Amino acid sequence: MRWLRKNLIPIIGILVLIYLFVPIAVVAILSFNKPEGKFNVAWNQFSLEAWQNICGVPGVCGSFVTSMQIGLIATLVGTIFGTMIAFALVRYRFRGRSTTNLLIFLPMATPEVVLGSSLLALFLNLAFPLGFWTVTIAHIMFIISFVVVTVKARLQGMDPRLEEAARDLYAGPRATFRYVTFPLVLPGILGAALLGFALSFDDYIISAFNAGTLVTFPIYIWGAAQRGIPVQVNALATLVFVIALITVVSVQVVGSRRRRKLESTVSS
Amino acid sequence: MPALAPTSGGSSGVVISGAAAQRRPRTAYLLLIPGLAWLAIFFVVPLISLFFTSLQAPTGKSGVYQPAFEVSNYLVAIQEYWPTFVKSFIYSGTATVLALIIAYPLAYFIAFRAGKWRALLLVLVVAPFFASFLLRTYAWRTILADEGFITSFLNALHLLPQGRILNTPIAVVLGLTYNFLPFMILPLYAALERIDPRLVEAAGDLYASPFTGFRKVIWPLSLPGVVAGTLLTFIPASGDYINATLLGAPSDRMVGNAIQTNFLQFRDYPIASALSFILMAIILAVVFVYIRRAGTEDLV
Repeated sequence: MRWLRKNLIPIIGILVLIYLFVPIAVVAILSFNKPEGKFNVAWNQFSLEAWQNICGVPGVCGSFVTSMQIGLIATLVGTIFGTMIAFALVRYRFRGRSTTNLLIFLPMATPEVVLGSSLLALFLNLAFPLGFWTVTIAHIMFIISFVVVTVKARLQGMDPRLEEAARDLYAGPRATFRYVTFPLVLPGILGAALLGFALSFDDYIISAFNAGTLVTFPIYIWGAAQRGIPVQVNALATLVFVIALITVVSVQVVGSRRRRKLESTVSS
Repeated sequence: MPALAPTSGGSSGVVISGAAAQRRPRTAYLLLIPGLAWLAIFFVVPLISLFFTSLQAPTGKSGVYQPAFEVSNYLVAIQEYWPTFVKSFIYSGTATVLALIIAYPLAYFIAFRAGKWRALLLVLVVAPFFASFLLRTYAWRTILADEGFITSFLNALHLLPQGRILNTPIAVVLGLTYNFLPFMILPLYAALERIDPRLVEAAGDLYASPFTGFRKVIWPLSLPGVVAGTLLTFIPASGDYINATLLGAPSDRMVGNAIQTNFLQFRDYPIASALSFILMAIILAVVFVYIRRAGTEDLV
């Protein structure tokens, strides 16, 4: 009883983590399933069919590639714009700071239906053709805010002594940025980019409003949900999850190692 | 956003002002322009466009509307959909409270007890974002299936009024709680992590029981995280229609569903826009009152 009281919080914490991962496990397990009917919801029989023939169902891989393309373009543009804003906010004094903060915060405080429908209202009023570019524009818009918040936190959390040390060693502003600031912030930028890509790749609501007839991966899944999601979709999603998790963990390990190395150089 | 870091004062503030003093603000504006212009054109202008659309009048042709000042669109939207609004906010409110209750112990654990595992646990908290939102939601259909373990167990105890979980409001609330949980955990963690553990020890030294120590020290200090987390959960949950569609019955549809069907199926753009605006207005009102009540002015 005493043991339970002492360890209650870790136990609940681990249970919550399990709760977070149960549906992901279900998705992965069902990728090895041979469903009985159209709907891949109950375990029937082990099969590697979906993994061996991952593009076997028409439309699955096409929509997957579309989402990849949109995700890459939107992440690239959104990360560059967002990082620039983060640097301006942390490193410069300028007028209009609170307006900037509000403009960054509001898109995150707006429900996705409102973001999606308002953009659609704009595109409809301008008679702008819906498709690949309207979805990409929308994704860049919501990625910027997330990048600003993440990179800003990283910049503010940096040990100021590192840049001081560089200046003391007669590094000019450019050299300080190139050899100290940027390498230290880079893991934060990469992390923000990964998050941005994940948000873009996975976005359904905003995309659905602005896609017209374009089919992204989530839009494909949504359509397929009514008539049965092909097992291949589970296989692809599992693959993406595993690759992303490995990438994030390695970015984190490299980042913390680099930081430790720099910090130990300074303090010794 | 929680006040992530002080912008003035503190050692970093001093260094920044020293470096910034040498730089002209013109560079700052050059850095700001592309991103802010993008947000202005594709976030602010669309909201204005949405507002004008919500006042448009029909032309007689389906899906085509003309500029007008049709305030009655709002009355029609409220009259027709007020029960949906009430239901949506009950679902999202319940999901937010549930998320807070289950997220707090985990955030506390990561902040105070995880030691060297802290970074890994934080990665695990955001990891669900890398698995498809739609598929994860759909997976609950397997977990909560009528013949499944959970439903059978609860039915054996006669705990389910409708005899099932799937296609009931319970499933919708469960799905919402699950999907937005990381948005609750992260700000809670950020607030808890900044609490000096010595304060808790001090409370113990002054003979406060662990519960009193929590109530008088940790909970008040974690309030900014609680406010940020509940808002980051409540806002997306209120507008969501994925959970209601995939896990609920047609009678469990939320405001998001109404906006989506009016926009994309009925092509009734003015009513859909009016619904979006009403949703936004209610959320902003809730946020405003809530922040005032919680007394965390430094939120944004």
